[in-house]
Amino acid sequence: MSGHHTSTQPATIAEALQQLTGLNPLRCYQCGKCSAGCPMAEEMGGLPPHALIRLVQTDHRDKLLKSEAIWLCLTCETCSARCPNDVQPARLIDGLRELALSADPLAAPRPIRAFHEAFLEQVRSHGRMAELWMIFGYKLGSGDLFSDALAAPGMLTRGKLKLIPQNIAGVEEVRRIFEGVKELEQAQASKQAAPPEGGAADHG
Amino acid sequence: MKLGFYPGCSMHGTAREYSESLQAIAGPLGIELEEVRDWSCCGASSGHQTSHLLGVALAARNLSLAEEQGHERLLAPCAACYGRLAGARHELQQDAALAAQVGKLLTRPFANAVGVINAVELLRDIAPAIKEKASRPLQGLKVACYYGCLLVRPPEVAAYDDAEDPSSLETIVKATGAEPVRWHKRTECCGAGLSISRRPSVIRLGREILGDARQAGAQAVVVACPMCHSNLDFRQQAMARGGEPFAMPILYVTQLVGLALGVSAQELGIQRHFVDADPVLAQLAAPRSLPAPAQP
Repeated sequence: MSGHHTSTQPATIAEALQQLTGLNPLRCYQCGKCSAGCPMAEEMGGLPPHALIRLVQTDHRDKLLKSEAIWLCLTCETCSARCPNDVQPARLIDGLRELALSADPLAAPRPIRAFHEAFLEQVRSHGRMAELWMIFGYKLGSGDLFSDALAAPGMLTRGKLKLIPQNIAGVEEVRRIFEGVKELEQAQASKQAAPPEGGAADHG
Repeated sequence: MKLGFYPGCSMHGTAREYSESLQAIAGPLGIELEEVRDWSCCGASSGHQTSHLLGVALAARNLSLAEEQGHERLLAPCAACYGRLAGARHELQQDAALAAQVGKLLTRPFANAVGVINAVELLRDIAPAIKEKASRPLQGLKVACYYGCLLVRPPEVAAYDDAEDPSSLETIVKATGAEPVRWHKRTECCGAGLSISRRPSVIRLGREILGDARQAGAQAVVVACPMCHSNLDFRQQAMARGGEPFAMPILYVTQLVGLALGVSAQELGIQRHFVDADPVLAQLAAPRSLPAPAQP
């Protein structure tokens, strides 16, 4: 059961993650099974999943939230499925991404940020994702203009891309979801930023 | 059997042949699909990667529509959509605080009453009917069953099969007469989440997967996910760069079943793939006419 929207200011990154996800990163005893099965571990610059969790335990906030590694997780859930102590590294890494974005909206590496922005902009604008337009949005945002991305011409001749995005009838409902989530998260962020009542020095 | 049908964005675009082949086999297998009216994107994968609440709420809107439209079970053939919809359903069952938050974001009543299934689960459960109706059993065809990540994980969401040693796809493949090979990379992730934003990673992962399938003697790889398909089919040329081309056709499980049921490759949309499946299909026996059902 998660403890969403508690109003105490988290003193450590482990507490912040626990507030966000309801999971306790201190349960990890560093067996390394998550990293052994992680398809991206070798690209994570020395910070595969178990090392990320260790940095959470030792409260290395800046190193974590500025790392590229948290953005390389594919959410394939292999780590969470195999963890012997139900630490759920995949969910914790999603939480680290959320914390990184709330500290700095530009935290993700540019191409990855451009992909998420282009994807979500399609959904917010039309209710669905028109792949062709998502790719155009990605290319503009990433500056990655000349790569194949999804090779639109080959996709078009195979009838795989729709040219004209169409809005769903309930697109306003979808936009309200985006707005509502943003409002909730901003309220949450300002609560956490406000100095807690009394006892703050305890956390020094 | 009547099911709500959630196609998701890919099945209306890059994966339209997954939808075409599903529709082509539904009738013969006695499945009636009713598309959820006015469905929206499930949020995979950018939703949850940037905001957990957004990811769950986007999925929940579709669950609430299916519920309003009177469906008991919802078929989400895209593994990513399935992961989001079934994952959100599971999480909302477990977490009352989250459910209350999401309830406020939706504009209609929502009881979280609709079960979510994927195409593999559906076809596995009717494998005997597939076997019985196979007018062109695919004997001699060796295929690698590729699950990837979200069809079998997280285990508490994809509880219909074993996360480490699944067998549903193999059951379906055997029903078509084809032979599933034993191989190692069945449940490894293909990297689809980074397909556009970090190509070298997905090319590496795809190369490892296809190399293992080839080594195991597979003539084709069977998938049930538009992202896996697009990665392994479209990016296959880049994976082989500098080496021998894989020339490994990637077939949707619905296409394989369709072939066994005697549906034409054209109708199944196999010509839409980047890797030519004709050399493999040419080896298959022609459809034979099934004996007419006994007259009463």
